[in-house]
Amino acid sequence: MNVPSQNLETIETDILVIGGGTAGPMAAIKAKEKNPELRVLLFEKANVKRSGAISMGMDGLNNAIIPGHATPEQYVKEITVANDGIVNQKTVMAYAERSYDMIQQLDRWGVKFEKDETGDFNVKKVHHMGTYVLPMPEGHHVKKILYRQLRRHRVQVVNRYVATRLVKDADGRVAGVMGVNSRTAELVLVRAKAVILATGAAGRLGLPASGYLFGTYENPANAGDGYSMAYNAGAELSGIECYQINPLIKDYNGPACAYVTGPMGGFTANSKGERFIECDYWSGQMMLEFYRELESGNGPVFLKLDHLAEETISEIEEILHSNERPSRGRFHERRGNDYRHRMVEMHISEIGLCSGHSASGVWVDEHARTTVQGLYAAGDLACVPHNYMLGAFVYGAIAGEDAAEYCASIDMPVPDPVEVAAEGERILAPLQCEEGITPFQMEYKLRRMVNDYLQPPKVTTKMEIGLQRFAEVREDMQYLKASDPHELMRAMEVHAILDCAEMAARASLYRTESRWGLYHYCVDHPETDDANWFTHVQVQKGADGNMSCFKRPIEPYIVPLDDAEKGAYGKLRIANTTSES
Amino acid sequence: MPIAYTPTSVPVIVDQDKCIADKGCTVCVDVCPLDVLVIDSDRGTAFMKYDECWYCMPCEVDCPTNAVTVNIPYLLR
Repeated sequence: MNVPSQNLETIETDILVIGGGTAGPMAAIKAKEKNPELRVLLFEKANVKRSGAISMGMDGLNNAIIPGHATPEQYVKEITVANDGIVNQKTVMAYAERSYDMIQQLDRWGVKFEKDETGDFNVKKVHHMGTYVLPMPEGHHVKKILYRQLRRHRVQVVNRYVATRLVKDADGRVAGVMGVNSRTAELVLVRAKAVILATGAAGRLGLPASGYLFGTYENPANAGDGYSMAYNAGAELSGIECYQINPLIKDYNGPACAYVTGPMGGFTANSKGERFIECDYWSGQMMLEFYRELESGNGPVFLKLDHLAEETISEIEEILHSNERPSRGRFHERRGNDYRHRMVEMHISEIGLCSGHSASGVWVDEHARTTVQGLYAAGDLACVPHNYMLGAFVYGAIAGEDAAEYCASIDMPVPDPVEVAAEGERILAPLQCEEGITPFQMEYKLRRMVNDYLQPPKVTTKMEIGLQRFAEVREDMQYLKASDPHELMRAMEVHAILDCAEMAARASLYRTESRWGLYHYCVDHPETDDANWFTHVQVQKGADGNMSCFKRPIEPYIVPLDDAEKGAYGKLRIANTTSES
Repeated sequence: MPIAYTPTSVPVIVDQDKCIADKGCTVCVDVCPLDVLVIDSDRGTAFMKYDECWYCMPCEVDCPTNAVTVNIPYLLR
């Protein structure tokens, strides 16, 4: 094995899982269950005990498919309609068919779901058509339960390493990853037969309105590293133009939680306290109505709970202030926001890429395989629309099991030594830069430009100007300076954010129509154009090293829709209200 | 280009009387997803070195002596 080894620590494993949040631990556990002989390594930027989107737990399942309440076919239909038809139904079905088994698995492990007096799961209706929301009022223990399973299955864990680029062998198979320790700046090469990317959303793309870089909806450790790694490895990404934009508490990055408060009588209201959308389920169409109301004379938008009974409000507070984003109570206290006495102002989030909520991700098939041999993707990063936490668990399981089988059939690939050496130089460059630009400044400028030029409503010329600004930032990269290993981590993240920004602009420019409500609302192409754009849009690094976009046809549906169903998410505004924008 | 540092008030506060980092505890440093806390080896206590907080609270919740308080960053209050 002629990999350059001077000062380069090399670890060898069979399956490498990158990202220890939600999908990643499940992938590692299921790979070990499939074949306990395999070496499985979980590689994490933070610490798997408290990393990722559910570091403080989760207050419910948004997409539980429980017999008696919903069927996989109904769910596939719902998501197809909610995502304006642009889905590979096989991938959604692969999730749907395993959804209930996964709930039972988590239940056995000790995750507490809400049950009724007979012991059945207490499912609530939030979606426009079906019934899929299962509360987890005590869901703050999820990470501890996952960690226990990681230990039990003897998964090897490496914390505080930032994965920066995948490496491949001479045949184009994935051969491992290069990474750097965020406390010591030590480089590592992890060699593996299969790699599962589970690095979460690209959450540090847009800049929150507050200007605080880390006040993002997503855990800001999820900077888009996986999107950038998949792109640079030549994998196809899909639906990047279908951004994630969420309705949040104004200035606070927690959701207003239609899923928690909706079933208990709370709703999204305008300044008059009136309901203006029929369904609070997060879809692009709902976000467009939200945006219109926000910008209208009836704006801004509020979460209305002040009409509810004291017992109900106390229960809502108990759930919202102890799960997922527990500092919310502290935020409200300082502002004097009491759900009992007044509505809480809401706003829309910065843009991000996240398949868990919308549809922007690394292209995978129903086995979680990407278009690069040996490379898998699962969770918020993998393009299975509206997949949420339970989808991350299911796709983690699918990826882990499939990778375990794949490993058995191949020898350890040999990474290209030129690629390895080049990546080592790229990683260390900011430490060697004597005077330059700090990661903080470069990130701030880049993300401010993302807001100025990419945030919907999208305008062609603005996005073209954005691309020019991004190209200038790319030239500035040579001056990126890190004064310690921590700043080096931030510097590597700026590279990833820049790749994501460019992908977001190019995919959005390529799709010359409007679709998914606000997510891809193009002012100069306002109509949905099914004749030309009923298709996936893929982004890939071309043979010339430049970013290219192309169409990938939609696979024939396995669950057909009738015409009446297709329009269900197109009519979310309540009939007797009109926005005054 | 020379570099200057801009002081900023940080959201995470560690009560130095309660912190037991001098006894080898590193819980808050370990659980932070953004790796913004470090141990001051001279004083034997943890402190927030980088103003990059998601106010997610594992540092506060997991601290064995209740020494950590997470405030909402000033820009968002």
